Amino acid sequence: MVFLEFEKPLEKLYEQLDKIKQVGESGELDVEPMIKELETKIRNTRKEIYSNLSGWEKVQLSRHPERPYTLYYINQMCKKFVELHGDRYFKDDKAIVGGLANMDGQTVMIIGHQKGVNTKMRQYRNFGMANPEGYRKALRLMKMAERFNFPVVTLIDTPGAYPGIEAEERGQAEAIARNMFEMAQLRVPIVCVVIGEGASGGAIGIGLGDRVYMLEYTWYSVISPESCSSILWRSWDFKEQAAEALKLTADDMYEFNIIDGIIKEPVGGAHSAPEETAKIVKRQIKKAIAELQELTPEERIEQRINKYASIGVYERVPLSITDNEAAAFGGDSDAEEDLSN
Amino acid sequence: MGWFKRLKEGIQTATKYKKEAPDGLWYKCNSCGETSTVKELRENFFKCPKCSYHVRIGSHDYFDLIFDGRYEELHPDLIAVDRLKFTDLKPYPDRLAEAHRKTGLADAMTIAVGKVKKRSLVIAAMDFSFIGGSMGSVVGEKISLAINHCLEHRMPFMIISKSGGARMMESAFSLMQMAKTSAKLSLLAKAGIPYFSFLTDPTTGGVTASFAMLGDMNFAEPNALIGFAGPRVIKETIKRDLPEGFQTSEFLLEHGFLDFIVDRKDLRETIADLLQLFDSAPQPATPE
Repeated sequence: MVFLEFEKPLEKLYEQLDKIKQVGESGELDVEPMIKELETKIRNTRKEIYSNLSGWEKVQLSRHPERPYTLYYINQMCKKFVELHGDRYFKDDKAIVGGLANMDGQTVMIIGHQKGVNTKMRQYRNFGMANPEGYRKALRLMKMAERFNFPVVTLIDTPGAYPGIEAEERGQAEAIARNMFEMAQLRVPIVCVVIGEGASGGAIGIGLGDRVYMLEYTWYSVISPESCSSILWRSWDFKEQAAEALKLTADDMYEFNIIDGIIKEPVGGAHSAPEETAKIVKRQIKKAIAELQELTPEERIEQRINKYASIGVYERVPLSITDNEAAAFGGDSDAEEDLSN
Repeated sequence: MGWFKRLKEGIQTATKYKKEAPDGLWYKCNSCGETSTVKELRENFFKCPKCSYHVRIGSHDYFDLIFDGRYEELHPDLIAVDRLKFTDLKPYPDRLAEAHRKTGLADAMTIAVGKVKKRSLVIAAMDFSFIGGSMGSVVGEKISLAINHCLEHRMPFMIISKSGGARMMESAFSLMQMAKTSAKLSLLAKAGIPYFSFLTDPTTGGVTASFAMLGDMNFAEPNALIGFAGPRVIKETIKRDLPEGFQTSEFLLEHGFLDFIVDRKDLRETIADLLQLFDSAPQPATPE
């Protein structure tokens, strides 16, 4: 088991439990009552820790090395998954997987970012950071789904689209932009679930849908807390503050009406009960698809576009700057600060 | 509605005060270091008279260069709201106030409707001087409103991009503007209304990865920085130097992501030509 920093109290309890079990094995003492007591304590401690997580702690959970990834969910939720490879232009991106699968009798096109489960696989999957061909593969599969009227399910879990020379040469920006443009008009239902990290363009490149859900301990933001810290605080040390400031948790996203719902994880997080988590996710996806199938393609597209068109906060105020006041501003425009991402 | 005069006096800063272009008598080129008079610079379309370096200019400067004289600004009264109560080294409202004070602009995007050689065009132009031209909710909403105007009046649309990307202080709201603008642009495509994307120095991040790359045609000023990830980020990731000319307009043209590069002095003529070509096309385009 891997324990995160804030799970240290749990780690101690588990160590005690192991020791008591060893004593029990020697057969000299009846340790059953002590084990029971400790297990209750573990349950309570876990509940307590998990009921009060900070933004940064949720970010850490979303990156937990034992957290289930896309292929795990697909295999748990579906039968007969046929993985489809390649974008038909350049190559097959290993950081995005996708294919046809049978979800309780319904054929779906299921696509997601894929991270590796060990060091070797993490490199193979490029840490879940896709190149343009990954987004183009996703688009190819979505267009296929549209032709055959299969709902599209996307699972989002990426630290960002890959920032490399070749990615730029092949049009990382164009690939992401094109996907959103096409997904807005796709005639079949699209259900998206953030299962881990939802970082910026890399996430939204397969994340525009009729319904978007987030698992409880995931995040969605325009930038990772680390990069945000390095740009705005000019140091890598303010990631906790950045995580708070970015309001990137599922609770925040739901409050802002940016997502359609939060999928509760078992106490202890998805990694402590992956099978159960997959069941809960599947239930939500099936429910959403059923609701969306009640609508015509035109209705879905209209509602989808209206949903995104309504996201944003601004106000209208009369800008009462007179010419005299404006003159006082002068033409000072040299103090440009590049604070954008 | 009259299109060619400012209807609400006093609500806007007079154009002459909004220029991002250099003021004063002398201009020292950022590129070649040569000095010329500002008068020369202005007469040369804000390009260095010595080396043709395209000086960064603001939205109203572009409107003046492109439109037949007068134009009407649309929705000048939208301003940003600090929904997240975002504070880094400075609270976001302070940054907004400072940007407003320095530039006289409401946000990093200005939209206007006018005519180019007598043909109507809606232009949404970004200002880099306003928090790095970053895209927050106001930028996204203004694009959305401009598209509504185009759909309603069947007018072509053009966006002049000049931005470091999404605005971090609006976090997920700014991220969602990528989806919002891309989704709205799909409506223009469906209606058979042309959309020109004009990329200027710099265009990076979430702006490139949404509306800037989605033009029916994409064109750029010479030697502009255009990319998804910033050069510094790429360098840190791959831990080696970047090739010469990486992420310039010419690089993007060579790799197939721009249709052409246009010198600022030819901009108005080029747009007029395009509008004329699209005007004679049978409408609307056949739906799929």
